[in-house]
Amino acid sequence: MLPQLCLALVIVGVTAYGVLGSADFGAGFWDLTAGGAERGGRIRGMVERSMSPVWEANHVWLIFVLVIVWTAFPVAFGSIFSTLSIPLFLAALGIIFRGTAFALRGHAATMKEARGLGALFALSSVLIPFCLGAAVGGIASGRVEVGNAAGEPFGSWLNPTSVLVGVIAVLNGAYLAAVFLAGDSRRAGQPDLVRAFRARALGAGALAGLVALGGLLVLHSDARALYDGLTSGGGLIMVIVSALAGVATLGLVWAERYGPARLTSALAVAAVVVGWALAQDPYFLPGRLTLRQAAAPDAVLSVVLISMAVGTLILAPSLAYLYRLTLQGRLDQDYEPLDQRFRP
Amino acid sequence: MPGALLFAAQVVEALPGNAQRDTELARQMQALSLTVHIPIVCFGIAFPAMFLFVEGLHLRTGDQTYKALAKRWSKVALVLFAVGVVTGTILSFEFGLLWPSFMATFGDVFGIGFALEGISFFVEAIFIAIYVYGWDRLSPRAHFLTGVPIVVSGFTGSFNVIAVNGWMNTPDGFDLVGGRVVNPRPFDALFNQNMWHEIIHMYLAGYIVCGFIVAGVYAFAWLRGRRDHYHRTALVVCLAFASLAAPVQVVVGDWAGRDVAKSQPVKLAALEGLQRTERGAPFTIGGIYDRDKGEVRYGIHVPKLLSLLARHDPNARVIGLESVKPADRPPVNVVRIAFQTMVGIGTGLALLGALFFSTWLRKGRLPRSRWFYRAVMAAGPLSFVALIAGWITTEVGRQPWIVYKLMRTTQAVTSADGLAVGYAGLVAVYIGLGAAVVWLLRRLARRPAESEVAG
Ligand code: HDD
Ligand code: HEM
Ligand code: HEM
Repeated sequence: MLPQLCLALVIVGVTAYGVLGSADFGAGFWDLTAGGAERGGRIRGMVERSMSPVWEANHVWLIFVLVIVWTAFPVAFGSIFSTLSIPLFLAALGIIFRGTAFALRGHAATMKEARGLGALFALSSVLIPFCLGAAVGGIASGRVEVGNAAGEPFGSWLNPTSVLVGVIAVLNGAYLAAVFLAGDSRRAGQPDLVRAFRARALGAGALAGLVALGGLLVLHSDARALYDGLTSGGGLIMVIVSALAGVATLGLVWAERYGPARLTSALAVAAVVVGWALAQDPYFLPGRLTLRQAAAPDAVLSVVLISMAVGTLILAPSLAYLYRLTLQGRLDQDYEPLDQRFRP
Repeated sequence: MPGALLFAAQVVEALPGNAQRDTELARQMQALSLTVHIPIVCFGIAFPAMFLFVEGLHLRTGDQTYKALAKRWSKVALVLFAVGVVTGTILSFEFGLLWPSFMATFGDVFGIGFALEGISFFVEAIFIAIYVYGWDRLSPRAHFLTGVPIVVSGFTGSFNVIAVNGWMNTPDGFDLVGGRVVNPRPFDALFNQNMWHEIIHMYLAGYIVCGFIVAGVYAFAWLRGRRDHYHRTALVVCLAFASLAAPVQVVVGDWAGRDVAKSQPVKLAALEGLQRTERGAPFTIGGIYDRDKGEVRYGIHVPKLLSLLARHDPNARVIGLESVKPADRPPVNVVRIAFQTMVGIGTGLALLGALFFSTWLRKGRLPRSRWFYRAVMAAGPLSFVALIAGWITTEVGRQPWIVYKLMRTTQAVTSADGLAVGYAGLVAVYIGLGAAVVWLLRRLARRPAESEVAG
C-alpha cells in the first residue's frame, strides 16, 4: 500500500509538471514560431506577460518528482540517471539556458538583444520536453536496466518509443500553452491575440491527438508490453478518458470557453500519466524491477507520505493564493508587444 | 550508527555494475556546480531579510526612499533566485548523473531532507513571485506579510540540504548488516551530529557574503561621491547585517572545529597538518605539508594551541594523520590551505565588522576614512573566497569518503562514459550564465532609484 501511495505522489508530480511545466515550454515554442520582430512582437509580449510570475513555481514540480523518486525508489533512481545520462544532462543544460534567457529578456534594451535571448529561450523550450519525453520513453519501453549505467547509453533514448514520447511532449506543451494563452489574452483584452492563440490551440491539439493515435502503432512494434497495457484493462480506460478529454478541450476552445478548457486539457494529461502507470503495473522499471522491489523500506515511505501531507497543508493555501492572484489579474504586468519597447 | 565510526566499515553498493575508478572528472563537476550555486543561494538566505527590514522601515516612516530600496533589492533577489533555481536543479540532476550508486545505496536514508527542502522551495518560489509582482498591487501590510514566508523558507531550504551534508560527514540513522544498509531512520539521519554547527555556520556565511557583497557595491558608489539618503541607507543596512554576523562566525567556527575534532579526527589532523597523535599538540600557521617527511615545513608553530582550540584543554590528546593508512587520508595541503584561508579572512571580516559597529554606536555615523570603504569593497569578494574555502575544507577534508568511513567516492561514481564532454559543456554554460547575470545586474543598477517609486 505504501509504495502505491508514493507512486501516486510521483504521478501527481509528473502530471503537474506535464501540465504546468509543459505549458511553459509550449509558450516558448510559440515564441520560437511567432515570426518576424513586428509580427511576432505581440505574441511574444503576451507570452512574457503570462509566464513571468509563475514559471519558477511551475518548475519546482520537476524537483518534487526527483526528490520523491530518489527517496522512495532509490535503486530505480540510480539506474535511470546513469543509463539515461545523456538526455537528462541535455535537459539540465536546457534548463539553465531557459531560466536565464527568460529572466534576462525582460531587461533587454534593444531588439537585437531581446531576439538573441528569445531564440535561446525558445530553442531550449523545445529541447527540454523532447529530452525528458525521450527519457520517459526509455523507461516505459523497458530499456533501463538495474545497475550503474547498465542500459544502452544511446539506444535507451534514441529509439522509436522515445522519439514518439519526445515529440508528443513538445506538441502537448504547445497545445496546452495555446489554450492557456488564449484565456490570458482575453483577460488582457486583446481580441486579435485571442484569435491567434485559439487557432494555434486547435491546430496543435488536433496534431497532438493524431500523433498520439498513430503512436499506438509505433508502440505496437517497438514496445509490445506497453502497448498491451495501454489497450487493455485500466490502461485502456485511461487512454479513452484522455482521448475524450482531448476532444472536449478542442470543443471548448472552439466555443471559446477557455476556463473549462484548462481543466479538461489538464485531465487529458493526467489520464495519460495514470494510464502509463497502470500499463506497466506491477513494474517500476518494466520487466526488471517491480514497484515493491523498487520501494524503500516502509519506515521511509511513511515518513515521505507524512512530510508531504504536512507540506500540503502549507503549500495548498499558498498555491491557491498565487493562482488566485494570477487569475484575478492582480499580479498582471502591463501588456506590451515585445518589439514596441524598442521603438523610439 | 553513532560512535562506531572510528573504524571504516565499508558498505556494499546497492547498484550492481562497476564504478569508474577515476572519480576526478565527476568530483570536479560537482565542485564546480556547487561553487556556482552556493554563493547565489547566500542571497536567497539573507537578501529577503534585508529587503523586508527596509520595507518595514518604509511602513513605519512612510519614507519613499526606503520603498525604492526595498523594491530594487527585491527585483535583484528575484533574478538571483531564478539563477539559484536553475543551478540547484543542475545539482539535483548531478546526484543521479554523477553519483547514482551513492543515491541508490543511501537515497532512502537521507532523501527526506531534500523532500522537505522541496516544500520550502515551493513556498519560496510562490511568495517571491507574489512579493515582487505584487508591489503597489497589494495593500502595504499584505505585501509586507507576503515577504515573511520568503525569509522563513530561505532558512528551511538551506537547513535541509546542509543537514544532508552533515549526514555525509557524520552518518547516522541506519544499520549495517553484512555491509548492506538496512533499517533506515530518516529523522535520525537528518538530525545528525554535524548538522547543528554546519547549518548555523552556513546561515551566518549567507549573511556575511550577501551583506558584504552588496555593501561593496554601495561603498564603491560612496567613494565616487554618491552619498545621498538612498546610498547611505543601503550601505548601513548591509553593513549592519554583515557586521553582526561576522564576529559570531568566529565563535561558531571554533565550535565547528571542536565538533570535527570529535567526530572526524582525521579531517582535523589534515586541517592542521598534524602527523602524529600527541598530547599538547601545537598549532601551525602557514607553511606547506610535506608528505614524505610527514610534517609542515616553513610554518610558525605555536605550542599547545591546537589542543587548546580543539579540546579547550592545552594538554589534550589530538589524533594525527598516522592513525589511518595513507590511502584513507585526504589531500592535506588542499584542505589545510583552504582552512587557513577561511580562518584568516574570517578574522579580518570580524575586525571590520567590529570597527563599523564601534563607530556607528559611539558616533552615530559611518567611518570617514576612505580606507574603510576600500576594505568594504574587498570584503565582498573575500567573504566569497572564505565561503568556498570553507566548503573545500569540509568536502575535500572528508575524502576519500563520500559517506564518512562507509562509502568511498570511487564506489559512488557513475559508470557512464563521456563525462569529459559533459564537463566541457557545463563549463561553457556556466561562463555564459555568469556573463549574463553580471550584464543584467549592471543594467538594473543603472536605472535611477526614483523609477522604483512610481510603478
Ligand atoms: C563567509 C564565510 C565563512 C567564514 C568567514 C568562516 N567560515 Fe568556516 N566555513 C564556511 C564559511 C565561513 C562554510 C559555510 O563554507 C563551511 C563549509 C561547511 C560548513 O558547515 O560551513 C565552513 C566550514 C568550517 C569548518 C569545517 C566544518 C566541518 O567540516 O564540519 C571549520 C572547522 C570552520 N569552518 C571554522 C571556521 C573558523 C574558525 C572561522 C573564523 C575564524 C571560520 N570558519 C570563518
Ligand atoms: C549529497 C550529495 C553530495 C555529494 C554526492 C557530494 C560529493 C562531493 C564530492 C565527491 C566532492 C569532491 C571532493 C573533492 O574534490 O575531493 C564534493 C565537493 C564539494 N561539495 Fe559536496 N557533495 C554532496 C553534498 C554537498 C552539499 C549539500 C554541499 C553544500 C552544502 C556540498 C559542498 C561541496 C563543495 C563546495 C565542494 C567543493 C570542494 C572543492 O572545491 O573541491 N556538497 N562534493
Ligand atoms: C548538493 C547540494 C545542493 C542541491 C542538490 C541543491 C538543490 C537545489 C535546488 C533544486 C534548488 C532550486 C529549488 C527551486 O526549484 O526553487 C535550490 C535552490 C536553493 N538552494 Fe540549493 N542545493 C544544494 C546546495 C545548497 C546549499 C549548500 C545551500 C545553502 C545553504 C542551498 C540553498 C538553497 C537556497 C536558499 C535555494 C533557493 C534559491 C535561491 O535562494 O537562490 N543549496 N537548491
